[in-house]
Amino acid sequence: MSVPLTLLGLLEQEPRHGYDLKRDYDTFFGRGKPLPYGQVYSTLSRLARDGKVVISEVEAGAGPDRKRYVITDRGATEVDQWLTQPVEPEPHLQTVLFAKVVLALMLDRPAEDYLDTQRRAHLQRMRELTEVKRTGGLVDALLADHGLYHLEADLRWIETTGARLDALRRTVRP
Amino acid sequence: MTTMIEARNVEFSFGSTPALRGASLAIDAGEIVAVMGPSGSGKSTLLHCLAGILVPDAGEIHFDGARIDARSEQERSALRRERFGFVFQFGQLVPELTAAENVALPLLLGGVRRAEALRTAHGWFDRLGLAGLEHRRSGELSGGQAQRVALARGLVAGPRVLFADEPTGALDSLTGEQVMDLLVTAAREQGTTVVLVTHEPRVAAYADREVIVRDGRINAPDRVAS
Ligand SMILES: Nc1ncnc2c1ncn2[C@@H]1O[C@H](COP(=O)(O)OP(=O)(O)OP(=O)(O)O)[C@@H](O)[C@H]1O
Ligand SMILES: [Mg+2]
Repeated sequence: MSVPLTLLGLLEQEPRHGYDLKRDYDTFFGRGKPLPYGQVYSTLSRLARDGKVVISEVEAGAGPDRKRYVITDRGATEVDQWLTQPVEPEPHLQTVLFAKVVLALMLDRPAEDYLDTQRRAHLQRMRELTEVKRTGGLVDALLADHGLYHLEADLRWIETTGARLDALRRTVRP
Repeated sequence: MTTMIEARNVEFSFGSTPALRGASLAIDAGEIVAVMGPSGSGKSTLLHCLAGILVPDAGEIHFDGARIDARSEQERSALRRERFGFVFQFGQLVPELTAAENVALPLLLGGVRRAEALRTAHGWFDRLGLAGLEHRRSGELSGGQAQRVALARGLVAGPRVLFADEPTGALDSLTGEQVMDLLVTAAREQGTTVVLVTHEPRVAAYADREVIVRDGRINAPDRVAS
């Protein structure tokens, strides 16, 4: 699940109120599916419980929207690990990769390097599936092909995104 | 593992267009390496430099422990004939010759007698699933068949290194994978080192590893030659 990590990443960019956090999440990562307030606050309280964020100030008037959330060292370490580790190469990863690339650009991290790491992980998995195809029976080969075509689609997305990083950077870091 | 072929800080320009800007790559004996990267990044130029077709403006090419870029055109041409095999995107078979004569060509150029060269060439048709097509001319072969003939021609003389530039680029994906399967099987049997330029991930997945060429440089953090 990448919602908690994406929220953490946004908090690494700068501390935010729950309301701003939801708005920025919806703008960049919501894809027409806004995050419910309930999920924002339940996620934030779990992150606070686990010591990944702290509440910096409670303004007069109480209520969740008065709290400002600040990332801790532990939270920042987790974001860093998440960004630098390639995603397990399984089909249908595009949304997680997308979140990582956009966050990396927002945080001024080397998005190109992350894409390269991901490409290597994908090609490694494709090599394994190709070996299955070369040595196994027809059923294994067809199953391997299914995985290969989906991983190839991911890779194409990685190439296209890699070629447009400068433009994407300007879009997410106005 | 011993290095079979290596580029050290190779630079090459076509007139004022830089194609390679300090490309380094070392490939072990028997290794199959996919060279990937965007169009125009310098993949084919790198292959031509490694194979001694182009001479780098700067940097060095080493083959089997010896520097080859400083040799004369005549010596490099002999090296290409005797030690290297080639497969390109469009088979580039000689249209006047039969399929079997095309396969036999590297042997004939190497001084093997005609009867023997043709016998060896015929031996390749079975294993490539081309039995019965020995006497066709290239115009009478499908793209996939012609490419398998070209592959046999590239491997028939037992080269140390096979250079393949988009060998499946003109084929549909199933035919392309058959060609790759044959290429990898034959190269492994002969212990041939393969430099495989491709932009297709599914083709690159037949290699042992991949390197990415970008703006005339090689991005291979695991194994950059020092
Ligand atoms: N014969 C030539 N004359 C002039 N420029 C050339 C020539 N061949 C290649 N170039 C240029 O050198 C650069 C590298 O070309 P190269 O053919 O090595 O790229 P490539 O990675 O093989 O591309 P593709 O994937 O499109 O085959 C490009 O800018 C190209 O325009
Ligand atoms: Mg090329």
